[in-house]
Amino acid sequence: MNLVTNVSVLTAADDDGGFHAPTLAEFFPPAIFFEGTWFEMNRIVLVRMLAVLVMLFLFWLALRRGTRVPGRGQSVAEIAIDFVKTQIGDQVLGLKDSKRFLPLLAGMFFGILAMNITGVIPGLNIAGSSIFIVPATFALAAYIAFVYAGIKQHGGWKYFKNQLFLPGVPWPIYIILTPVELLNIFIVRPISLSLRLLLNMMVGHILLVLCFSATHFFFVTGQDLGLFSLFGAATLIGGIAMTGIELVVAILQAYIFTLLTAVYIQQSVADEH
Amino acid sequence: MPEITLAAGGEAPEGIGLFIPAIYDIVWSLIPFALIMILFWKVIIPMFRKIIDERTAAIEGGIAKAESVQAQADAALEQYEAQLAEGRAEAARIREQARAEGTQILNELKEQAAADAARITATAHQQIEAERQAALVSLRSEVGSLAIDLASGVVKESLSDDKRATDLVDRFLADLESSEAAGRGVR
Repeated sequence: MNLVTNVSVLTAADDDGGFHAPTLAEFFPPAIFFEGTWFEMNRIVLVRMLAVLVMLFLFWLALRRGTRVPGRGQSVAEIAIDFVKTQIGDQVLGLKDSKRFLPLLAGMFFGILAMNITGVIPGLNIAGSSIFIVPATFALAAYIAFVYAGIKQHGGWKYFKNQLFLPGVPWPIYIILTPVELLNIFIVRPISLSLRLLLNMMVGHILLVLCFSATHFFFVTGQDLGLFSLFGAATLIGGIAMTGIELVVAILQAYIFTLLTAVYIQQSVADEH
Repeated sequence: MPEITLAAGGEAPEGIGLFIPAIYDIVWSLIPFALIMILFWKVIIPMFRKIIDERTAAIEGGIAKAESVQAQADAALEQYEAQLAEGRAEAARIREQARAEGTQILNELKEQAAADAARITATAHQQIEAERQAALVSLRSEVGSLAIDLASGVVKESLSDDKRATDLVDRFLADLESSEAAGRGVR
């Protein structure tokens, strides 16, 4: 799959020997299967599905024979889920709500992580979550989750009252504060969740492509560069470093997304915030 | 929506089109999302919880078992100590009793010895007294006859001298006869 892209990049570069900076077209590759239908699949969709299926399969594989004394795979899976449970769920939500929302939080964390991490896996080379709708889906889930949690906890009227009219504030302030809170909680939160993840993934991918295509240009396709071709070494090192950073970012963004979801849920169920 | 058609064709959408998803993209983000959530909700997290709960139960069971074993050991120890103390007390009691009995036996023996000694002493006294009496008696008779012999020897020389001597002898003989008769009577 990546061969297709690489070949297309190469041929494009070979055409005139010039340097072509990556464009947003990177994220809208041509269709591969079912073109023109609702189930049209392109490279990114395939990568995303592969990542999700592999992640789910690994968890199933690790936990299917749950033994009291865990093997290696089981240990890793347990530690991973336990990380979400304690570091995100228990710490932010408290034990009771953490138990309720653990499937959502764990699914969110590992789903996003799996789709992010493909950005640095050789051969896949694009984050499955670098299309707007993917983080948006998870953000929508977070949105539904925290509104649902609040309404279930307090009842609809009291929930919205709690969120929009902060207790202990003199009433004239509400004229300013309530619209801000409305905007913040019910509009900005889901959008910021999805955009933060999306842009991190897009920019990371573009930086990687930039580094490696520049390296390709300096070392292979560039004509009459002379000593300037040594810049290729810098871009290569930069690309390798960026790969490491992208790995960290992939984990960090999954963590932030899940943590913020937990915080939003906590703020909804809290009596006063 | 022409942007979507363009996106599907491999071209980058412009501006806001970047955020308007194609239908297939919506489909292919809902499917993995649903897959993840359903599997985590119904399969993976329950498996995880089952493992953790089982382990917790095992650990708690192990701790409870250890506690009960410890309690049993403590009870046994207490019992042994009680038995030991009882045994010690019993031994002390037996020893005390033995000592008392020993003392009693010793006293009895002493008393008996003293009684024996007293009895032997008394017998010896009696025997000595009897022998002394016998010696006295025999001495008296022998001294008497010796004295008589001596006296008769002395007296024999002057017997013919005068009349007074004849009287003395007569009287002496008469005394002797009477004492002999008395002595015979005593015997």
